[in-house]
Amino acid sequence: MISKSVIDQFKRIVGPDNLLTEQEDMLTYSYDAAVLDAQMPGAAVIPGNTEEIEGIVKLCHENSIPLTVRGAGTNLSGGTIPERAGIVMLTGRLNKIIEINEADMYAVVQPGVVTADLAAAAQAKGLFYPPDPGSQAVSTLGGNVAENAGGLRGLKYGVTKDYVMGMRFFDAMGNYVKTGSRTVKCATGYNLAGLMVGSEGTLGVLDELTLKLIPAPRARKSMVAVYNTIEEASETVAAIIAARIIPATLEILDNFTIRAVEDFSKAGLPVDAAALLLIEVDGHPAEVEEDGEKVEALCKKLGAENIKVAQTDAERDKIWSARRSALSALAKLKPTLILEDATVPRSKIPHMVTALQKIAKKYNIAIGTFGHAGDGNLHPTILTDKRNKEEFHRVEEAIEEIFDRALSLGGTLSGEHGTGISKAPFLEKEAGYSSILFSRRLRKAMDPRNILNPGKITGVSSDG
Amino acid sequence: MANMNKLAAQVKDLEEQLVTCIRCGMCQSVCPLFEQTRKEADVARGKLALLTGLMDNIFDDPDGVNQRLNKCLLCGSCAANCPSGVNVLEIFIKARAILTEYKGLSPAKQLIFKKMLAKPGTFDTLVAWAGKFQGLFTKPDANAQGTSCARLVSPILGNRHFLPLASVPFHKELPENGLKKQGKGLKAAIFTGCLIDKVFPNVARAGIKVLDHHGVGITIPPGQGCCGIPALASGDRDTFTKLVDHHLDLFQKEEFDVLITACATCTSTIKKLWPAVYKDPDSGIKERLDALAKKTMDINQFLVDRVAPGLGSDPVPGGGDGEIVTYHDPCHLKKSLGVSSQPRQVVMAAGKQLREMTGPDKCCGMGGSFNVYHYDLSASIGRIKQQNIAETGCTTLATGCPACMMQISDMLAKSNTGIRVRHPIELYAEALEKEQN
Repeated sequence: MISKSVIDQFKRIVGPDNLLTEQEDMLTYSYDAAVLDAQMPGAAVIPGNTEEIEGIVKLCHENSIPLTVRGAGTNLSGGTIPERAGIVMLTGRLNKIIEINEADMYAVVQPGVVTADLAAAAQAKGLFYPPDPGSQAVSTLGGNVAENAGGLRGLKYGVTKDYVMGMRFFDAMGNYVKTGSRTVKCATGYNLAGLMVGSEGTLGVLDELTLKLIPAPRARKSMVAVYNTIEEASETVAAIIAARIIPATLEILDNFTIRAVEDFSKAGLPVDAAALLLIEVDGHPAEVEEDGEKVEALCKKLGAENIKVAQTDAERDKIWSARRSALSALAKLKPTLILEDATVPRSKIPHMVTALQKIAKKYNIAIGTFGHAGDGNLHPTILTDKRNKEEFHRVEEAIEEIFDRALSLGGTLSGEHGTGISKAPFLEKEAGYSSILFSRRLRKAMDPRNILNPGKITGVSSDG
Repeated sequence: MANMNKLAAQVKDLEEQLVTCIRCGMCQSVCPLFEQTRKEADVARGKLALLTGLMDNIFDDPDGVNQRLNKCLLCGSCAANCPSGVNVLEIFIKARAILTEYKGLSPAKQLIFKKMLAKPGTFDTLVAWAGKFQGLFTKPDANAQGTSCARLVSPILGNRHFLPLASVPFHKELPENGLKKQGKGLKAAIFTGCLIDKVFPNVARAGIKVLDHHGVGITIPPGQGCCGIPALASGDRDTFTKLVDHHLDLFQKEEFDVLITACATCTSTIKKLWPAVYKDPDSGIKERLDALAKKTMDINQFLVDRVAPGLGSDPVPGGGDGEIVTYHDPCHLKKSLGVSSQPRQVVMAAGKQLREMTGPDKCCGMGGSFNVYHYDLSASIGRIKQQNIAETGCTTLATGCPACMMQISDMLAKSNTGIRVRHPIELYAEALEKEQN
């Protein structure tokens, strides 16, 4: 319980309208998009400026109150599920794009700016902010940075970490830290911005981000290749990369997903196909032309039964709306959907695809597989009903086996969804005990009272 | 607590619909209320979580949930964009009914719904009296929207610029036994709707003129009332049921191919909510409601899809006046029923030049009683709409819903623009009239 006098102090910092304590409101900040148990916070505060953030962090530190920052709450690993009776800090009012600098190609934003809003503002000036997580229409840039969010364009353009030039944040004691710069190069001090990216709110509270923008590509070409076996499709992925072609996006849909999308959207997808590859190349018009032809030839060579190249923008949109509706279409089939993102080196995609099919059969569960095949980041999507305890137990076992397979192929537990609560118990498998110990000590040194998003990433331990 | 157990059990009826929300949070991108407040309890995901909390019986009383549930425009933007296809509107409407039945209707609402709205005759008489006296309390603005504002500072009217009641409601213009007109082809029954009857009778006149012009047979049975949405939105399922029964009997006596309305909200209520929310599923009435819902259509959709497919694409006789018109998509037409191209075609058939605004399908902020209880928020949402309209440089705003027409008239009147507000069917009727003269 947070004492009344502390609540009153929060109220003085943000004003009475920006402090929520009623049980109903607490319930609405007890969950995120991960399939995990909810935890009710003690209060939610909504700061509107840097001074208010500072006041909140200091007050939490003085009173040893756990603090979890929440953007849009679209997290898939439980990173925004608060500590019981802790504070949730909402970034909804911190939503200003402070600057878009065309000459030096960067943007300065507050952490609550919605990803798609920055992308649109950049586009309006002929610039491009490439990271495009599936939730970009609602997700916030602060959340993207805290989770190191990825997206469809990962293989060519990288992920959020590749676009963070600098930032300002408060440490656990409420000291203001500046790191990075507005220059392309910066070699002063520790790369603290690099440490903050993906730290899930455990090392500091973001106040301002400087993000890299790049020129928008001048041309693009999209195509769909249809396969009779998923092995041929995944071998094509490996072959495209081996031919030194880096498409902007290279996505796979398996038969289960194709049928779900077709049922849902009636887009005319081939429901008998074992797999589809959706490919887009972009860049200079001449390069796009050449790469497009090479990719088409490779698809044919490796057994694509049929390839359709989009001739118009409308045809292109149709291809990508089929991909975008994959999750929606699967979500409609069962009440509970678990979206995994175990990731492997891209040359291992064929092995991972085969492993997923075997795991689905072994545990007798429904798994639709789609995702960013080109960067090795598949999204095996498990459909279940968490109220069915027996089946849910099999699902948990299957997830653990998926993790093991990904790691044995030299991969990682999460390509883009983060560690949070859901993957914290498995982190040791991937990184080893000393890595966790190092992280816990780092964390303890920077946050001696353990107030910053406790329980995430490094788990709970007497060492930390 | 025993009572809360009972309430939890009732909310459990919604469980199968509630579990379809996977908490992805995508509703935040389209909710006009969330855009203003950025609070989770204001968006569908938060409200669905609250109902789940009620079902799990974690609250001591239902008031906090009830209050948050009612702070919603019921615009359906969330449902239209929901990846998991959660039937948000139906869940919210049913939950409002469950909570109201548990808590009882407020005395004011009891008076309005049970004593007035539920009895179309009484309601008509009361509104007729109100119409005679409205000049005492309000003064006309003499503006393009034709709104009035309060003569004195009024706690109820505030600074609203509202449209006055028609001096004679539409149903009074009709013969006592209703209107019947022979046509050459299809026969349409018309459900007038309260706002068209009492505030926008010209929309009804225009509708008749247009249908007549296209040789459609018309029947308008007398004694019509409200479609029931105001009562239902307040959780008063009894009044809703009475109104549905009343109209089902009324239209049962008529012969017609389609039931048309010029009100987006009435159309979507009849098509979606009448069959979904009617209380007694075993009475056989559900099948009759399904059949009626199938025959129900928006007037623009009816004209373009069933009567005159070339409307809006064929050249307009005389070329039209080329006035710049922008069209606002009512939530209950586009998001509930998927009707968006047809009203635009009707506008173009009136010889107008259609110029799209930014976000034509963004909610205007009316939301029925939302406008009454949360006027400041409603007006903030409405101002976005007003600015988007003004930016097009249009001289007329067209929209297919009288509730949107009221809200947008209020917003435009406040910004002192000369933009008038019309139903597409009015524009088309005006053009036909010009052509005939």
